[in-house]
Parts: sequence; C-alpha cells; structure tokens
Amino acid sequence: MADTQQLKDLVTQVRRDIVRQVHAVNSGHPGGSLGCAEFLVTLYNEVMDHNPEFNMDGTNEDLFFLSNGHISPVLYSVLARSGYFPVEELSTFRTLNSRLQGHPTTHEGLPGVRIASGSLGQGMSVAIGAAVVKKLNGDAKTVFTLHGDGELQEGQIWEAAMYAAANKVDNLISTIDVNGQQIDGSTEQVLALGDLKNKFEAFGWKVITVAKGNDVDAVLAGLKEALASTGKGLPICILLHTEMGNGVDFMMGSHAWHGIAPNDEQLAEALRQNPETLGDY
Amino acid sequence: MKIYENTGSKDTRSGFGDGLTELGQKNKNVVALCADLTGSLKMNAFADNHPERFFQVGIAEANMMGMAAGMTIGGKIPFTGTFANFSTGRVYDQIRQSIAYSDKNVKICASHSGLTLGEDGATHQILEDIGLMKMLPGMTVINTCDYNQTKAATLAIAEHHGPVYLRFGRPKVANFTPEKGEFKIGKAVVLQEGTDVTIIATGHLVWEALEAAKALNEKGISAEVINIHTIKPLDEEAIIQSAKKTGCVVTAEEHNFLGGLGESVARTLSLNCPTPQEFVATNDTFGESGTPEQLLEKYGLNAENITLKAEKVIKRK
Repeated sequence: MADTQQLKDLVTQVRRDIVRQVHAVNSGHPGGSLGCAEFLVTLYNEVMDHNPEFNMDGTNEDLFFLSNGHISPVLYSVLARSGYFPVEELSTFRTLNSRLQGHPTTHEGLPGVRIASGSLGQGMSVAIGAAVVKKLNGDAKTVFTLHGDGELQEGQIWEAAMYAAANKVDNLISTIDVNGQQIDGSTEQVLALGDLKNKFEAFGWKVITVAKGNDVDAVLAGLKEALASTGKGLPICILLHTEMGNGVDFMMGSHAWHGIAPNDEQLAEALRQNPETLGDY
Repeated sequence: MKIYENTGSKDTRSGFGDGLTELGQKNKNVVALCADLTGSLKMNAFADNHPERFFQVGIAEANMMGMAAGMTIGGKIPFTGTFANFSTGRVYDQIRQSIAYSDKNVKICASHSGLTLGEDGATHQILEDIGLMKMLPGMTVINTCDYNQTKAATLAIAEHHGPVYLRFGRPKVANFTPEKGEFKIGKAVVLQEGTDVTIIATGHLVWEALEAAKALNEKGISAEVINIHTIKPLDEEAIIQSAKKTGCVVTAEEHNFLGGLGESVARTLSLNCPTPQEFVATNDTFGESGTPEQLLEKYGLNAENITLKAEKVIKRK
C-alpha cells in the first residue's frame, strides 16, 4: 500500500468487522480488538512478508502469533481482508461448526492461524520455538507476537523473556498492547505491572516505545525501527500504548468493553462513527 | 511356559537416551529440549553430538513446552525431556492448548515416573500422569517396560506424526525384550500364553507380571501375560480376546488406579465382555521416600501382590 490513507480506510473497515462480528453473536471481545486494529492492519499490510496461500511451516516468510487470543475478531478481520479466507466467513464468528472459534485455533484448519491461543501467556514461548527453528533452517525472516499487558501477569511470559535474551533470539519482535485495562479493572488496580520498559531491558531486550499506538504512522515507524533492530543479538519488545475500544467513543477509556457485545443501538452508533470504506461482509 | 532372561538390568531412561542418540544421527529434523536435567534424562550424548539441535531451557518447563510446539512450525520433531511430574502436571495447560489442541508433533519424554524414583519422595513421584495425558484428545500415551523397549519406542515415535507422551523411569530393571525389537504403537505384546487368568501390565510391572506368572505356574495356574506398552490408543482386541479365553483379568501398573491402565481396561471389558478384574496399582495416595524396592513392596506393586490378586480374581469367575 502506498499511503497511510489506505491503511486508515482499512482500519475503519476492520473496526466495522469487529463490532459486527461481536454483535451478531452477542459475545466476544471488542475493546482490545479495536485497540489493536491499527497495529494488525499495519503489520499485515506494510511490514510482514507473508503468504496468504497458507502453509503451516511458513518457511521463508514472516510469522505472527497472537498470544492474547481473545482479540480474535480483529485477527479474523485482518486475515480475511489479507486474503487468507473469504471475508464472508466473518459472519460465522463464534457459531457452531465455524472455523472462526471464539479463540483462534488450528483445530478447524483456519488459514493464517498456526497455534491455538486463549489461555494466556503461551504465545511468546511458541514464537521463540518458531524463531530458533528459522535460524536452524537458515531462514532469515522474522517472527512477530502480540500480547496483552494484563497477560504479562502470567509467569510463563517471563520464562520466555529470559530464554530469548539469554539465547540471543534476535529474529523475534514481541509487541505488548499497553492499554492499562483488564477484565476486573485497570492493570494498576488489579496487579500493577510496574515499569515495563525497565523490566524488559533488565531481562536483556531492546525496547521500543510507541506512544501513539492508534496512529498508523507511529505504528509503522515503530515496526520499521523494530525490523531494523533485528539480527543484533537482542530480542525486541515494542511497548504499544493503545486505547481499549479505540474508534468507538463510548467504548473508550475503561475496561467495561473488554468482553461484552454492543446492543442494536450501540452497534448502529459504532457503525455511524466508522463509515463503510471497503465494503461490509 | 516361555522363559524370559534378564540380559542385564538397565534403566529405561538409558534406553531413551540411547534411542535419542541414534535418532540424532538418523533424522536431522529431530531436536531436543531439556529443563536442566540433561544427565538424569541421559540426553548428554545427543547434546554433545548435535549442540545446534539441543536446547537447554533451564528450569522453565512451561516455556519448554511452548517452544517445542513452536519448533514443529518449520518441520522439526521436538523431544522434550524432564521428570514425569514436570512433564505433565506442571505444564498441563501448555500441553493442552499449545501441543494437543494445536495438533503439534511434539514428543514429551518423561523419566522418573512413579514410585521408583525413590528417595526424593512424593513431590517428585507422579502417580497421576497416565490419567492426565490419556484424557487429552489426540495424545498417544506409551509406558515402556525395559531398556530395549524404551529405545525401540523412542525410535518409533519419531516416525509417528502427532503428540506423544513417552513414560519411563529411573531404576535399573530387568532387560528382557529383544534387542532391536519391533515397536508397534498401539499393539499389545502377548508375552506368555495362558488359560486361567490374564495379567495385563505396563511399564516396570511387566517384569513383575512375568515373575507372578512363574509363581502361579508352580501352583498349577496358567497365566497369560500381556504387555500393554501403549495405553492410548489401547489394543482393545488383544484384551477382549484374552479376557474371553481366561475369564478374568488382573491389571498392573506403577500408577494410581484412578485414571490408569486398569481403568482403560475396565472400560474395554465392560463395553465388550464384562469380566472380573482386580487392580494392582496405588490406591488414591501419594508416594513417599524409600528405595524403589521398599516402595514397590509397601504399595503392593510387585510379583507377590500380582500373584495374590490373580488367585483372588480366579475365585470371582
């Protein structure tokens, strides 16, 4: 894509896809999905070298692992609009016999998904495994992950962070969605995360902070800096500061929309705020 | 009666280690991960021969299981190594989501299973792992009986696509199955043919079952002995065929009766040919410190108790 307006149009359409998926089944996680729309759209369209003719091994292409699997609506929308499967299939989200399970899975053979996620804290380890095999295979591509900030409360994340630094897994870029919210309230109230930059640096990672994580230009700059930092002996962490519910004003600024669906009126208002750009499914 | 000779007692974990060493040379896609127990798992030779394919993860089993899942993406066949307790209960959710549900070709290799880990005591002696692992959809569960069979199983699981739990142990036990014997996943091995009672055993208790059959023979009782090295998928046909012939069954395992081989056999029998069954297994308890021999005796996991249970079940026919 040539200019960021096209990316912004795609973000707007992805937001529509998110709220429509969640509304249709009255379940799912719109807040975190909306907050990560700019990141995933930019990653899949401007940064990753990837092949929608999906094969599990992903040899000689960049790989992405979603560790906070509950934001499946944004992943499904971005995958569909990148050509992994028909956009119409978004209408099957969370319904019986669908490939679009509540949380992403390989079990139903959905193209674009290489690991099940949902139970938190596991994606960084999986990504490290894939990254070290890329090195072993002489494959110079990069492995990306996305994690929620609340997810960092899981101990396995820090086992993985320690391993990646100790073993110079420098073809790994792990992004943390720092929205400061989790189910029971703010991360500050539930279990304060402390200084994440200092924590990752103390673990031996290079840390890049993207203060405007809902601005495609800022996200793109951060991802480009991260890519340029690979191959230098350090795993890379992007602290992506986002707003949960971004793009739908009444969903922003709290944890309230972490895991509930909009009603008919709320859906209409959310869609009014995000006019159709590329065509609804 | 067939005579089985102990060709020299060896630990089953060394069968795993030697199998892995051979695999390292035979199959370039085999990689190994270990959580700070390389010597205990006998993985040193693989680590020395193939440092680029050996991954020391430290005392971080959850990360090890996740990494193993990720390493299958790109075509590798990861073998993880740690104690049975840390291979299962400690990392159940990682195995469930990242390996089993994600259908990843990971081989979870678990040493020091059961009571015979010995002096370390109950924190390290898992007696629940067969149950935990057999409940996972798609998981193959194998518990080998001696050095030769463990080595053969290690080679065989590399050729099988899908997640596998391979369970073995620490102590030196009789080595009596054929060297370089064929290992067919899911295929029971009839070691002794008999007519009065069927003894179905797995792991270290297979040798004890053969000893029990000898003792029974001296009393004029003809015991059939079946080695079930693969608990899942279970060779139901072999079990049904033998139960129909003898009319009663004793199962023997170094595991809790809840969730173990015995329950899988009981299900098979109740669905196909209801047959009296006695269980040689631990009785819903944790273990404790002691030598392997002392523990097997105290918890009734030996030839003597198998013999008693056989006599008991024959009376229930």
